[in-house]
Amino acid sequence: MASPIHLELSRPQLLISSVVTSVVTGTAAEAATAQSPGAEMPQNSKVSMIVNDERHEIEVDNRTSLLDALREHLRLTGTKKGCDHGQCGACTVMVEGRRINSCLTLAVMHQGDEITTIEGLGEPGNLHPMQAAFVKHDGFQCGYCTPGQICSAVAVLEEIKAGIPSHVTSDITAAAPLTTTEIRERMSGNICRCGAYSNIMDAIVEVAGTRA
Amino acid sequence: MDKSAFEERKTISAPMHASLRHDSAHKHVAGSADYIDDMPEPEGTLHAALGMSDRAHAEIVSMDLSAVRTAPGVVWVMTGADVPGHNDISPTGRHDEPVLAEGRVEFHGQPVFAVIAESREAARKAARLAKIEYRDLPHWTEVTDTLENGATLVTDPLTLSRGDADAALAASPRTISGEMRIGGQDHFYLEGHIALAIPGEDDDVTVWSSTQHPSEVQHMVGHALGVPSNAVTVQVRRMGGGFGGKETQSNQFAAIAAIAAKKLKRAVKFRPDRDEDMTTTGKRHDFLVAYETGFDEEGRIQAVKANYAARCGFSSDLSGPVTDRALFHADNAYFYPNVRLTSQPLKTNTVSNTAFRGFGGPQGMVGGERIIEEIAYALGKDPLEIRKANFYGEPGSDRVLTPYHQPVEDNIVARIVDELDHSSDYKARRRAIIDFNAKSRVIRKGIALTPVKFGISFTATWYNQAGALVHVYQDGSIHLNHGGTEMGQGLFTKVAQVLADAFQVDIATVKITATTTAKVPNTSATAASSGSDLNGMAAFDAARQIKERLVAFAAEKWGVSPDDVAFVPHHVRIGETLVPFADFIKQAYMARVQLSAAGFYKTPKIHWDRAKGMGSPFYYFAYGAAVSEVSIDTLTGEYQVDRVDILHDVGRSLNPAIDKGQVEGAFVQGMGWLTTEELWWDDKGRLRTHAPSTYKIPLASDRPKIFNVRLAEWSENAEPTIGRSKAVGEPPFMLAISVLEALSMAVASVADYRHCPRLDAPATPERVLMAVERLRGM
Repeated sequence: MASPIHLELSRPQLLISSVVTSVVTGTAAEAATAQSPGAEMPQNSKVSMIVNDERHEIEVDNRTSLLDALREHLRLTGTKKGCDHGQCGACTVMVEGRRINSCLTLAVMHQGDEITTIEGLGEPGNLHPMQAAFVKHDGFQCGYCTPGQICSAVAVLEEIKAGIPSHVTSDITAAAPLTTTEIRERMSGNICRCGAYSNIMDAIVEVAGTRA
Repeated sequence: MDKSAFEERKTISAPMHASLRHDSAHKHVAGSADYIDDMPEPEGTLHAALGMSDRAHAEIVSMDLSAVRTAPGVVWVMTGADVPGHNDISPTGRHDEPVLAEGRVEFHGQPVFAVIAESREAARKAARLAKIEYRDLPHWTEVTDTLENGATLVTDPLTLSRGDADAALAASPRTISGEMRIGGQDHFYLEGHIALAIPGEDDDVTVWSSTQHPSEVQHMVGHALGVPSNAVTVQVRRMGGGFGGKETQSNQFAAIAAIAAKKLKRAVKFRPDRDEDMTTTGKRHDFLVAYETGFDEEGRIQAVKANYAARCGFSSDLSGPVTDRALFHADNAYFYPNVRLTSQPLKTNTVSNTAFRGFGGPQGMVGGERIIEEIAYALGKDPLEIRKANFYGEPGSDRVLTPYHQPVEDNIVARIVDELDHSSDYKARRRAIIDFNAKSRVIRKGIALTPVKFGISFTATWYNQAGALVHVYQDGSIHLNHGGTEMGQGLFTKVAQVLADAFQVDIATVKITATTTAKVPNTSATAASSGSDLNGMAAFDAARQIKERLVAFAAEKWGVSPDDVAFVPHHVRIGETLVPFADFIKQAYMARVQLSAAGFYKTPKIHWDRAKGMGSPFYYFAYGAAVSEVSIDTLTGEYQVDRVDILHDVGRSLNPAIDKGQVEGAFVQGMGWLTTEELWWDDKGRLRTHAPSTYKIPLASDRPKIFNVRLAEWSENAEPTIGRSKAVGEPPFMLAISVLEALSMAVASVADYRHCPRLDAPATPERVLMAVERLRGM
């Protein structure tokens, strides 16, 4: 069903070439209906994802972003839409433990993936340590970027732990150091227009410190 | 009754002046704080999208919308002719801003029609199918172009004058004249504009709107629908940022959603895409300041003449009061013995510029500080020395009158600056930087200490009023509503603290509720930093009324003097008896005491005669100062902010944690405005910086490497404001002027500080590099 050339496409290429590739790439999603050459392309696909430890089966338009799938199909509105093109970070969630801008990835590319949103990290009364640290340090003002900041922060500490280098890592062959410079650089994909960066950093540093 | 005295808790959880966390903190971190786009949509909700002009200035010759109408999912296509009331949302009543353009478009991106469809995607796709034929007209997007082509104004200019500036200039030992360009700024609230309109019976409609000004949205929706204000209810629980961008700019989205909802009898949600939001909503005004100053060899100013020409866009919006406020702050903290300031609110073929934190004040102040810098470089002195020589004098001296003839009576700028000068070790660091620069070939450093004096009150005097509605229920729980809106600044928390303090109950006893025009009418915008001042006092007044009734009831029932009734933590003390608050309220209810009150407040003292340019438009001033140190790379123009020290005055803070956050956030936002945030229109009049991909606001990595922020804890407002606090939203924004001036000093070092670099704003790396190159040639 899928030609080899399609299977070799990377995710960024998939995004660019959109409809056709995302439908026929069997590994990314199961097409709702089988297709033959010349037949009308199916517009929708069924996707099964594990979101916050719960399996969800949804049928989405193939062009639906993961962000819209979360917000509009699963009603998980904690993940925010700031710019809808991967520049602000408000939509950050974790896929298989790694952070991702959910507006820049299609829902159909996440067949079988484990996804954690802000709702899955913790809830009022039972907060994740990072969420609690953001409360303690006033790591927000308007709150709109906050879910993305927190998901990003949790993943940043994991990235550093896993030795993944960043733009400011001087020695990429050694383990990335857990410094504020590293954390600030890695958090720079999450815009806070209220400018609460000092308090956001304080929250992350506290969590990083207690875990180190 | 007093049996519970043994379990008395001596304090309440969050009185005024306590560092209480934001009321929605636990919800913000869990993603459970609902913004309008997060609310469950009513069944059958339709979605809207805009059809926008692709010409900067043109007549519409013909408009063929047939393909739009027949596109899949489209329910209705609306044009200006479909507006049932007035096709007008001009906030100052000048009738110069249509909901949807008719006959002529005046900026690239102006909304011409709106598509209502079953889904947002369907609406957006259909909007691209219009065939509109235009006849182009000449367009001017830049201030300079407009000045050369008739200089049409969108509203009346202002002149502030005192003494004889021309004569004093002629008599001054030294004079300098120059020009400075100051760029605009996009608000980039993380939550874009949104409106959800739900039709009701008869002519009723309810609109959830992300707005700082629900009453104005109510008026504009009523005006556009042709129904009275009592048919329109506007509500907002919270915004994901506002910064002035949701003072008037929410009107268009709310009006279109409401018109469509009433016509189609279905809920309509309008959330523009980020690019459309940035293209179709107004921004901070750009200015071209032309200045002339006369001074003596000590750097003491004799005269200032300045003209502030602003890019206002195609309509007036708030450009009149914005350009007025620029003039009100052109003096910053300095006494001008002879002064003449003029504004020029220019019409341009760009989106209509609007309110943005500081409301023209920052641009006025940047111009004033440029004059100080010019004098310092001309005399070869430290700019701080020039500043100190020109500060307003002590009250009662002959150096207290502003250009608008209001005396500065609460001046603490000298103390703030002196304390910061010492605590930041400014002088020694400046000497060390000059030494460093003498030896460093590529990297150069700069340092600057700049003060802020910012006038508090709306210059539209009637805006300085507020209402609050407070209910105490039978169980002792309290419901709080007021006219202010929450956009992250912590207003709701502060006002709840006022109530908790008044009744001496825990903050958890106070339920904070969404702003709605149905509970508190005729409110002012949550703007001009006035939210806590106005709404805090209105809530205080409501509490006062209820407490007076409760005291009268207690005095009568217990047979004591009213003086012997007091609200103490969690209790009411009546003579020797201590009654738990909830029990007391229950008894008051049984005795038929009215437990609800509408509070009201209007700012005293202020008055303003615009025609004469005289009055006392400000109730008081807020002060602050910042020292910034930067490094620039003279080969690339790249720079970083190494260290910032701030001392800022918020009077007696209502909530130091929130206020410190406001100071830090305002500084970072101001730094973005003056450094990386550049708006750019192409020769077709099209805004090319319409997304965060091309418009760079500060990131976590841009925050100063060392950032020491302190509140002036000794300060108390000289006026009886709520808890003797001061407004905090806007004043610290202008502390970032120190970054611009520090960059300027680093640039000046390449020509041995002999020339003022005249760095325009924003001082992007390109501009820094160009200034370095220019100075090297001098």
